[in-house]
Amino acid sequence: MFYRESGDFSTTYSEDSQTFPIKFDRYRYYLVLAVAFLVVPFFINDYWANAVFVPFLIYATAAIGLNILTGYCGQVSLGTGAFMAVGAYAVYKLMTAFPEVSMLIHVPLAGLVTAGVVTIFGLPSLRIKGFYLAVATLAAQFFLVWLFNKVPWFYNYSASGQISSPERSVFGIIVTGPNTEAWAKYMICLIFVTLAALIARNLTRGSVGRKWMAIRDMDIAAEIIGVNPMMAKLTAFAVSGFFIGIAGALFFSVYLGAAEVGESFGIDKSFLVLFMVIIGGLGSIFGSFAGAAFMVLLPVFLKNVFVGMLGWPTDLAAHLQFIVSGGLIIVFLILEPHGLAQLWRVAKEKLRLWPFPH
Amino acid sequence: MPEQFLFAMEVILNGLMAGVLYALVALGFVLIFKASGIFNYAQGVMALFAALTLVGIMDGQIPFSHIINAIFGTELHHFGWHVPALLAIILTAGVMVVFAWLVQRYIFRHLVNQEPIILFMATIGLAYFLEGVGDLMWGSDIKKLDVGLPQGINDWIDVTTFEAFGYGFFIDNLDISATIVAVFLVAALIMFSQYTKQGRALRAVADDHQAALSVGISLNFIWVLVWSIAGFVALVAGIMWGAKSGVQFSLSLIALKALPVLMLGGFTSIPGAIVGGLIIGVGEKLFEFLIGPMVGGATENWFAYVLALLFLVFRPQGLFGEKIIERV
Repeated sequence: MFYRESGDFSTTYSEDSQTFPIKFDRYRYYLVLAVAFLVVPFFINDYWANAVFVPFLIYATAAIGLNILTGYCGQVSLGTGAFMAVGAYAVYKLMTAFPEVSMLIHVPLAGLVTAGVVTIFGLPSLRIKGFYLAVATLAAQFFLVWLFNKVPWFYNYSASGQISSPERSVFGIIVTGPNTEAWAKYMICLIFVTLAALIARNLTRGSVGRKWMAIRDMDIAAEIIGVNPMMAKLTAFAVSGFFIGIAGALFFSVYLGAAEVGESFGIDKSFLVLFMVIIGGLGSIFGSFAGAAFMVLLPVFLKNVFVGMLGWPTDLAAHLQFIVSGGLIIVFLILEPHGLAQLWRVAKEKLRLWPFPH
Repeated sequence: MPEQFLFAMEVILNGLMAGVLYALVALGFVLIFKASGIFNYAQGVMALFAALTLVGIMDGQIPFSHIINAIFGTELHHFGWHVPALLAIILTAGVMVVFAWLVQRYIFRHLVNQEPIILFMATIGLAYFLEGVGDLMWGSDIKKLDVGLPQGINDWIDVTTFEAFGYGFFIDNLDISATIVAVFLVAALIMFSQYTKQGRALRAVADDHQAALSVGISLNFIWVLVWSIAGFVALVAGIMWGAKSGVQFSLSLIALKALPVLMLGGFTSIPGAIVGGLIIGVGEKLFEFLIGPMVGGATENWFAYVLALLFLVFRPQGLFGEKIIERV
C-alpha cells in the first residue's frame, strides 16, 4: 500500500536493469540526494558535523570498501585500520609536497596509493583463505602501524611523530585545517561518499562484481567455471583499498586534523569497520551506510542517555558501549545474519502488501 | 665464548619462556577449535576476564559496584575481606564454567551449522562483550596480581652461569614457574583426553560430530566441557601474564599473538601450539635482539604475524596441521 510498484512498467532493457528499477525507490533515492546536497549543508553546525555527519560519511566510505572485500568477495580483513592509515599518510605526504593542488585530486590519489599497498597485502590470499587470511591481514595491521611510527619520512620528521593537516582548499573554499566551516567538511565527504557508492554499486552488479561473488560463494567452483581467482581477488583488494584509502585520507585531513597512527588507526578501527559491515549487512551497499550510521550513532546515543540524562560517569558509558556493540554483533549474527539491509528488505516486502498478510 | 653469543643464548632462553606463555593461550584456541570448529577469537579476552575475576575475588571487590554506585548513589567498593589465592582460583574456575555454559546455551547453540567465518565473527562480538562486562564488573584500572608465585631474578641460574661462562644469565623466576605449570597443564590435558570417559568423548567429537552423536555422546555437554577447559586454560594463562605485567587491557592484545602461533603450529594440533609458541617466542626475541636495533626497535609488535604470514604462503596448513583437501 505504501510501497507501490503497480503501473510501473519497464519498456527497455536498460530501464529494467537500472539500480532502482521501481519508481518509488528511484524518487526516494533522488529525494535523499537532494536533501543531503541542498538542505543539510545550510542547517549543519559544528556539533552535528563533527559528532554525526562527517564521521558517518567517512565510515560509510570505509564500510563500502570493506564490504566489497568481505561482503562481496568473501575475504575477511582485519587490517582496515592500517589501510586507512596508508590513505591518511599518503594524503599527508601529497598535501605537504604539492600544496597548490586541489584536495579533489589528492584524495583519490591517496586512494590509489592505498589500493597498491592493499593489493600487495592481498597477495597471500591467493594461497591462504578463511581465518588464516584474517590473521594474515593482522600482519598488515601491526606492520604498517609500526612502519608509520618508525620511519620519520612519513611524518615529515615532525618532533611529535604526529601528522597534522595543513590548510588546503577546493575552488577557493577551505576544506582542511582548523578554520574549516562545518558545511565545507560535510560537503567534501558527501561528494566522495556519493561517488564511492555509485562506483561500488555499479561495479558489484557488473561482471567484476559477479566474479567476486562467485569467488565468495565457492572459490574452487568459480575457478572451474572460468573465473580467474587471482584477478578476482586482487581486484577486490585493490578496489576495497581504494575506498578505504579515501576514507582514511578524509578521516585524517578533514575530520581529525591531526593524527597519531597507533591511536587513530589501531586495530580497534579495523573491528569498528568490520562491525559496521556485519551489522549493516554483508554484501550490500545500503548496508554499509546503515551500519556506519548505526555504529556512529550508538556511542552518541549511549553517551546522551547515560551521561547526559542519568548523570553516570563517562567511563561507565564507554564500558556499556563495548557490551552493547559486542552483544549486538552476536544478536545480529544469530537473528539476522544479513544485517540491517535485510531488515530493510523485509520491511519493504511488508509495506508492499500492507494491510494484507499475503 | 664471545660475549655476543652469550647474550644471544640468554635472549633465546627468555624467548622460550615467553613462548610458553603464548603456547598457553594458543592451547585454549586449539581445544575449542578441535571440538567445535569455532575459531575462538575471545580466548585472549577470556584470559583477561579470568585474571580480573581472580583479582576481584582475592581483594574482595564487590562486582558491578561501579554501576550500582552510579544508579543508587551508594559508595560500595569492597567487601573488606581477602580470599586466599587457592580458594579464589577455584571460585574463578567456577565462574569460567558458568561462563562456558552461558556461551554455549545462549550463543553457539543458535549458531550450529553456520559457516565458520560467521562463528568467528560471533566470537569477536563475544570478545567485545566480555571485555565490557569485565570492565563493568571489576573496573578498568590496572591491577596487580599476586598469587604467591616466586618473582624476580633466579639467583641460582645467575650464579651458575656466571661461574661457567663469566656472564650471569637473567632468567625470571616467574617464567620458570610458568614453564613448570604449563608442562603440568599439558600433561594433565593429555591424561584427561586419553584416560577418562569424557576425554575420550571429547576426542570422538573432535574427530566426527555426527558419528559421536550417533553413539550417544551429548554434543551439548562436550561443548560446555570444552569451553570450560578452555576457560580454565585461559585462567592459567591470565594468572601468568597478569603476574608478569599486571592485569590490564593489553593482556588481550598480547593474547592476540596466539593467532600467529596457531598459524605456525596448525589449528588442530596441541603439540603444534606448543612448538609454534616456542618458535614465535624465540624468533621475536632474537629478531629484536639482532635486527631490531637496525630498524628502530619494537619489532615484537609485528614480527610474529609477518613470520606466520610468510610461513603460510609456503605451507598453508601449518607445521602439524592436517592436510587441507578441497572439493567442490
